[in-house]
Amino acid sequence: MTPDTKEEIRDAFRRGIAVAIAASPFAVLFGAVSIDNGLTVAEATLMSATLYAGASQLVGVELFNHHVAPWLVVLSIFAVNFRHVLYSAAIAPHIRHLTFWQKATSLFLLTDPQFAETERRADAGIRVSYLWLMVLGFSVYVPWLCLTVVGGLLGNLIGDPKAIGIDVLLPVYFMGLVMGFRSRANWLPVVLASGVGSVLAMHFVGSPWHVSLGALAGVAVAALLPLDKEDEAPAGTVAEGEA
Amino acid sequence: MENMFHMQTLLIIAAGAVATYLTRVGGYVFITRMKRIPPRAEAALNAVPAAVLTTLVAPAAITGGWDVSITMAVAFIVGLRLKLLPMLAVGWVVVMLLRHVITG
Repeated sequence: MTPDTKEEIRDAFRRGIAVAIAASPFAVLFGAVSIDNGLTVAEATLMSATLYAGASQLVGVELFNHHVAPWLVVLSIFAVNFRHVLYSAAIAPHIRHLTFWQKATSLFLLTDPQFAETERRADAGIRVSYLWLMVLGFSVYVPWLCLTVVGGLLGNLIGDPKAIGIDVLLPVYFMGLVMGFRSRANWLPVVLASGVGSVLAMHFVGSPWHVSLGALAGVAVAALLPLDKEDEAPAGTVAEGEA
Repeated sequence: MENMFHMQTLLIIAAGAVATYLTRVGGYVFITRMKRIPPRAEAALNAVPAAVLTTLVAPAAITGGWDVSITMAVAFIVGLRLKLLPMLAVGWVVVMLLRHVITG
């Protein structure tokens, strides 16, 4: 093993463990909430192993409890994970040199922090290697699975989730995620449209339709609002320049 | 002893896993075949996470009961300054105080 390889592994592992520590409460939370919503520990663990996307796992599990139509659960998972499309598009130039299978396997591990770390490494001018991606990914993936099991076992011991206050953790967690996007274009109008839309839909149509109808309201507002001049100008110039 | 897996749950998880994987490879496949995304489509995509997640917050904050509403309001203020984990911790402390200390 060359010193460079060792350094790559050390860097990826160190960063991965930091992410795993930050994400650990959510893995435990997911395990506990799954049990609370009627999943078994095995099902919760399988979900962590195959979806490996915290927010969408929590959304999916939350909907299981509402006895929502299965296709709507899957669609909601897809909708929450849709941001990954943008991530994998953004890191495309950094992973182009990988082989087909290297891309296929490393993209399975693409999460918010994996994306952020990849962008950071590429920005620093370092070539993003397959080894680095996989070590980073697995040092988050393995703890995520283990802590899901821990949370699931704890969840089995918890009787009334309201008495120990875990029922508010999910809405607060989602609110935190929403607030994390507040530097994005049109954030406030989107959030207001989705918020008002979902409350109205809950009242007039009922759960679970408030999720899709509310989200649709927010997305429609974003699509219809005037675009940033900055975004518009170069796009037009490029199109004309190419033609 | 309860079954470890239920058929319907398994199918939902499998479909959810496939859908998630498609989002992870989709952007790469798409962008390497396309020159650029139409700006309005990009603006809509960009709004998807906040739009979806808000629908899980607003109804709970408004119809979940006064204790949940107060907790969410406090967590919101905390969230303006602090990160996600302290926000969760404060939210949990507030709701526990409201439920066990203030209402007895």
